[in-house]
Amino acid sequence: MTYDIAIIGGGVVGCAVARELAGFDLRIVLIEARGDVGDATSKANTAILHTGFDAVPGSLESTMVARGYELLSKYAKATGIPVEPTGALLVAWDADQLAILPKLQEKAAKNGYAKCEIVGADEVYRRVPDLGPGALGGLTVPDESIICPWTTPLAYATEAKSRDVEFRFNCFVESIEVGPDVTTLHTSSGDITTGWVINAAGLGGDVIDRMLGYDRFTIVPRRGELFVFDKLTRPMANTIVLPVPTEKGKGVLISPTIFGNVMLGPTSENLVDRTDTSTSAEGFAFLLEKGAALMPTLIDEEVTASYAGLRASTEHSDFIVDIDAKQRYLLLGGIRSTGLTASMALGEHSRELLAEAGLLLTARADLPKPPRMPNIGEAFPRPYQRTNLIESDPEYGQIVCFCERVSRGEIRDALASAIPPCDLDGLRRRTRALMGRCQGFFCGAEIDEMMRAGGDHDE
Amino acid sequence: MNEILIIGGGPAGLSAARELKAQGAENVTIVERESNAGGIPRHSDHTGYGLRDLKRVLSGPSYARTLVERAQSSGVVIRTGAMVTGWSGPMSAEITSAQGREVITPDAIILATGARERPRAARRIPGDRPNGVMTTGQLQNLVHLKHQAVGTRAVVVGAELVSWSAVLTLREVGCATVAMTTQFDQPESYAAMAIPGRLALRVPIARRTRVVRVIGRERVEGVEIEQITTGRRRIVECDTVIFTGDWIPDYELAQSNGLEMDPGSRGPIVDTALRTSREGIFAAGNLLHPVDTADVASLDGVHAARALMRWLAGEPAPGTAARVVADAPFTWVSPGLVRTGDVAPARDRVLLWSSEYRALPKIVVRQGTRLLSRRTLPWPVSPGRVFRLPWSMLESARGTEDIRISLG
Repeated sequence: MTYDIAIIGGGVVGCAVARELAGFDLRIVLIEARGDVGDATSKANTAILHTGFDAVPGSLESTMVARGYELLSKYAKATGIPVEPTGALLVAWDADQLAILPKLQEKAAKNGYAKCEIVGADEVYRRVPDLGPGALGGLTVPDESIICPWTTPLAYATEAKSRDVEFRFNCFVESIEVGPDVTTLHTSSGDITTGWVINAAGLGGDVIDRMLGYDRFTIVPRRGELFVFDKLTRPMANTIVLPVPTEKGKGVLISPTIFGNVMLGPTSENLVDRTDTSTSAEGFAFLLEKGAALMPTLIDEEVTASYAGLRASTEHSDFIVDIDAKQRYLLLGGIRSTGLTASMALGEHSRELLAEAGLLLTARADLPKPPRMPNIGEAFPRPYQRTNLIESDPEYGQIVCFCERVSRGEIRDALASAIPPCDLDGLRRRTRALMGRCQGFFCGAEIDEMMRAGGDHDE
Repeated sequence: MNEILIIGGGPAGLSAARELKAQGAENVTIVERESNAGGIPRHSDHTGYGLRDLKRVLSGPSYARTLVERAQSSGVVIRTGAMVTGWSGPMSAEITSAQGREVITPDAIILATGARERPRAARRIPGDRPNGVMTTGQLQNLVHLKHQAVGTRAVVVGAELVSWSAVLTLREVGCATVAMTTQFDQPESYAAMAIPGRLALRVPIARRTRVVRVIGRERVEGVEIEQITTGRRRIVECDTVIFTGDWIPDYELAQSNGLEMDPGSRGPIVDTALRTSREGIFAAGNLLHPVDTADVASLDGVHAARALMRWLAGEPAPGTAARVVADAPFTWVSPGLVRTGDVAPARDRVLLWSSEYRALPKIVVRQGTRLLSRRTLPWPVSPGRVFRLPWSMLESARGTEDIRISLG
């Protein structure tokens, strides 16, 4: 069969686009090189729902982030994606940084965000008492929030699937042949023919773009390493502490996580290998040095996890969104970490561009209800805390992963879900199992067994 | 009728519960989050358990079973699959189980939550994040409780008792230990274990060596290790890495209750009667001293139970207390508090942990400027195992001034 649209890439952007377009009478396939959605760049970012206060005014990124913030905030409420309105505070540590704050406030206003306020050092320490000495002042961003980076693409994918999008996992696009009416994607699991191609391939975006005859950008994987500290440190960081961006770079941030931890990072380092998500001794040393100045009390606490993400950075400062009606090709390239916030706006924008390019969009009248995603955030009651839920189904009272308080019922649900995990890491992203302080000392074997049993049911 | 809640059904909790019943306590409940009580010995399938408390030597699993049976037959209620997730008041434990969500406010509590090994992330070791990297706890759960195989070539990080336990478990499932690494010059485990262990198991030990990187995308392919003195690095190929030892108590419930904590051990601070800083809450086992052997944890439980019964009977804690501090290379000491006129600690021992080896340690105990005792002890101070000091060396302490233990 020939699809109307093939979306290459099952990250947060590809899934958002799939969900959006599946609201119309279209046959859609989503092609993902890995075994799961949100399993590359989307899974390892700083998980902030940005207001877009510091985007480049007038850029596409600025528009998309602002609109995306609005759309995703609403969608998160409807589907239960964990969001916590923590606010953010940019902290100035020297005179240069202090001098930039008013400019950042103006920039925020140009981006349509007028709620930033400049505060003195006293107020900075009142808000974050654990900050190290030397803060001179700050800029508040009251609506900056934290969001679950794992539930978001999964919610889009779940809804897309309920709207009949087909998912092809472990499917790698090897070459593309554009014909007069249809385009053929030669993939690792056979040919796929489609009318339109949407490139949301993240770190592979430039490779796909070249397959379609372009040479307009190159992805440089920019590694960001992060530390996640023990949950007992959470009271130290109740708001996102952002560095003031200067010519010397962005610096590192300290942020609460939606799972109740504190995160320190990221580093920023250009790599060559697009699959290298290893952490490094240099990265760790850099983070510990920065962290010791930012929040000395944090550094001696227990580290629960460390990881590295790769940003899909390019030589361009903005997102690269371009439609080629002749080849029936839409590019969504160079989407950096703000892509999580911008994702739904990129979906909406894609839809508009496709309509302008002549794709017939007939809204479906029979759309299923949006999914209700399991709550894996700390801002709302988790299943183990819900008396009525446990009464109706005792498996929610059987805690399997002690550190993260994940119940047997939640693991069962994840294994039986519309987009089930393909490995333990996928299960972790759906339930939080194994991501806690013991890293499997107590529950690793038990959860491994459930995963294997769950996999058997599918076969 | 008094109600006593014990959090944790390992050796310390089980023995505490049994002793409480023996002393006439009416209502004793153990809350255990695992589906079976018994604690870590359940999946530690080798001999050497029970010497000090049961006066016989058993395998880990039979030791665990024996303690569970003894507790049950004494009338203790053991609730498995039930987890204390937090506190709704100083003495009110929030519990989740298949029966639902409940809050229990007992008259007294014994915390016996035990300890765990620090996993790779907590040791801040960089590199890839492949499958095949785990702690001994996870390995033994996999092998002994779930009957799973692991790889064929393992690197064991650490060379203390638990590390050899990991080597034995690996061998059982056909996985050879191609290297053990230890940051120390001396073998950390008991010489009695290390020498025959090395001979029988033929495991090469890389001393003064640390792991600097984990390599492998899907499955572990190797670890990079560094000789600390020379800085020389090499890669050891393996498909399994076991991080052993480097114990940390499961201290989160103690801390979230607001108990005074010991920054050295990370466990709650207790006195010689195992009272914590909150009246009515006692603590026992490896939550306090990560880690001593299971039988020592079990005897701690007995000690805590007796103190708890005296407290229920209205006997107050002596008022004057002195902190016990230990100088480097000691990293913690337990108990951390000595009250003038109080009982002797469990087994008449003060427990310490060291980051350095000394063959014939000269121990000096002072209180302020006063020398309490000075002795050269015939057993070594060794990293990776508890150093036990006779209580007689601290016994003459009085008043509130810090008691300081150091190596002479």
